[in-house]
Amino acid sequence: MGLEEHIPKGVLLTTLEKAVNWSRKSSLWPLGFGLACCAIEMMATAASRFDLARFGMEIFRASPRQADLMIVAGRVSNKMAPVVRLLYDQMSEPKWVIAMGACASTGGVFNNYAIVQGVDKIVPVDIYIPGCPPRPEQLIEGITKLHKKIEKESLKRNQRIDQIKRIESTES
Amino acid sequence: MENLISTKLKEKFPESTLEIAEFRGELTIVVKKEDMVPLCTFLRDDPDFSFNFLSDLCGVDYLGRKPRFDVVYHLYSLENNHRLRLKVKVEKGESVPSLTCVWNTANWHEREVFDLFGITFDGHPDLSRILLPEDWEGYPLRKDFPLTREEVMFSHNKNRPPKITG
Amino acid sequence: MKPQAVNRIQRIGTNTMVLNMGPQHPSTHGVLRVILELDGETVIKATPDIGFLHTGIEKTMESKTYAQVIPLTDRMDYVASLSNNLAYLLTVEKLLDIQAPPKAQFIRVLLTELTRIASHLVWVGSHAHDIGAMSMLLYAFREREKLLDIFELCSGQRMMTSYFRIGGLAQDIPEGFESKVKEVLETFPDKINDYENLLTKNRIWLNRTVGVGKISPEDAMDWGVSGPILRGCGVGWDIRKSNPYSGYDKFEFDIPTGKNGDVYDRYLVRLEEMRQSLRIVGQALDGIPEGDFVARVQGVVLPPKEEVLSNIEALIFQFKLVVEGFSAPVGEVYHSIESPKGELGYYIVSDGSNKPYRIRVRPPCFVNLSALPKMIEGRLIADVVATIGSIDIVLGEVDR
Repeated sequence: MGLEEHIPKGVLLTTLEKAVNWSRKSSLWPLGFGLACCAIEMMATAASRFDLARFGMEIFRASPRQADLMIVAGRVSNKMAPVVRLLYDQMSEPKWVIAMGACASTGGVFNNYAIVQGVDKIVPVDIYIPGCPPRPEQLIEGITKLHKKIEKESLKRNQRIDQIKRIESTES
Repeated sequence: MENLISTKLKEKFPESTLEIAEFRGELTIVVKKEDMVPLCTFLRDDPDFSFNFLSDLCGVDYLGRKPRFDVVYHLYSLENNHRLRLKVKVEKGESVPSLTCVWNTANWHEREVFDLFGITFDGHPDLSRILLPEDWEGYPLRKDFPLTREEVMFSHNKNRPPKITG
Repeated sequence: MKPQAVNRIQRIGTNTMVLNMGPQHPSTHGVLRVILELDGETVIKATPDIGFLHTGIEKTMESKTYAQVIPLTDRMDYVASLSNNLAYLLTVEKLLDIQAPPKAQFIRVLLTELTRIASHLVWVGSHAHDIGAMSMLLYAFREREKLLDIFELCSGQRMMTSYFRIGGLAQDIPEGFESKVKEVLETFPDKINDYENLLTKNRIWLNRTVGVGKISPEDAMDWGVSGPILRGCGVGWDIRKSNPYSGYDKFEFDIPTGKNGDVYDRYLVRLEEMRQSLRIVGQALDGIPEGDFVARVQGVVLPPKEEVLSNIEALIFQFKLVVEGFSAPVGEVYHSIESPKGELGYYIVSDGSNKPYRIRVRPPCFVNLSALPKMIEGRLIADVVATIGSIDIVLGEVDR
């Protein structure tokens, strides 16, 4: 009824938000940031049996300036923490973070002087994936959940910058 | 074979070898720390021993005993296929002569012992922290350094930020 | 040109450039930082800076009982986790003076050799990917998935299996294990031949690996290097032959050695080791003896489940072992095995209580990495990546 009947074939109507979110989620480029054991499972996910290329994510960019997803795979030690923050700051908006594995989410098996208890003390995290190490299927489920989260993002206000501003104001 | 090693060593260095022990087929000799370099050079070069491979160098903290620390050396000979363990007892604040002039592999091992226990080595080319950040204070593997930094959150304390010890 | 301009175009002097190959780098196999001092393209000095993955595992182990330490050992050399378990358990069994039964020894050897193949597959995939042959990574990981299926069948976990226990195995091998291993034995040799066809006589591979990263046998022994790097220099030392453990003296296998000590020889040594491991797996599979899968030492090993559910004494032992553990005799032991990376040793000091007083891990990757400056000083910067790859470092073991 109305306008839709008169549109010729091959034309799609949508909102700008949906189009932008669809293009962002369909080709997330991860930063190659494997730290420890979870990195081997991340490599196995990108290999031939559990293929990450079907999500558009087979290119692991080496430079943070060209990546928009940081999968923190592995335990973050006290010496590595400033490097993680520096890499996160170097990525350009929009950016997302997945904490893969128990050590990145909460410190995992290692509750001691050397490991940061959860990478969310350093960078804001979107998705936490438990497991030690999580199976490739679990990582793919986490990525699919992230896709659903991206689909719901709004273009009206930049939610990420608001979130960062809120974190920084509580710290100071 | 172990008896041959210990008897020959005791003949050559009678004042340096303090104790000899054997447990589960392994020979352990406690050595005076000042004589470490000549003793190890002899062990490396003598054809009966030819210990040309330093497997491992580590430290142990016996809190409550004087002297407090032990530095343990594991030697292996590729030609003769025998092993030996040497130990040096050292007190907190004292230093041990470095073995980098005998086996080059002692370089990184001694840096790690310094990093984690605080034992210094005389004659080491570059004694600095290797595993922990440069500005870290304290020596973690000592027994009086606490293990747990952060409190685990349960339902009784989940509404306040976690306490950090150490 | 005017005379003043001619004077200005003289060599002012050379300065060396310091390049930071930082902790986040696609080819450093983890978080390794190498500080390179360059004169043009030649490396004058290389300083590895490690510690970005330091986890304090040795201190954490001092607060756990002997059986609770087993999952922590998995996470050091995370690519070949079963060989870490084996090294730790052989040391504890030496301390307690118990021996695993023959069936457990055969299964341990079988699974450790499969782990060696899995570790070398990760190595060949990532090393070739660094040098530029990107498809090797996909082939190697495809083969590795079949081995991970076998580990998952036995223990439920793909990577950090913790399948071995003090005195033997955690559980008996399940049905379907032998047919899966037979399948691997039949299909694998062709795959290794495929890798040889891709890389061994490839002109680009030869240009990038022959003569690169050389180290002499005397330097290698002086720097404590062991494993395929030392065998690539021509020294035929393998702990499985010189001090056999867990029944290795019953198997027939050869030790491949190289001649020149460069990256190409290490590659050939590791490929041949994969073939020899398949030989051992075939011999182990044919001759699995009958018997129990764990040595039933009372007070140290958990009693069988049927007895726990029917007999009160077995229930008490089970409760005490799980909650408190057992007391080990006072003393200290050192035992080492041939892991895929080199000599992996454990030094355990016991003070008679249920927790170890000090556990020291002799990490092969840490010691092999300390010889890196010797291998690349004087060479070009493009060889740094090939050399670091050929040492086969796993940062979890370097930093513990």
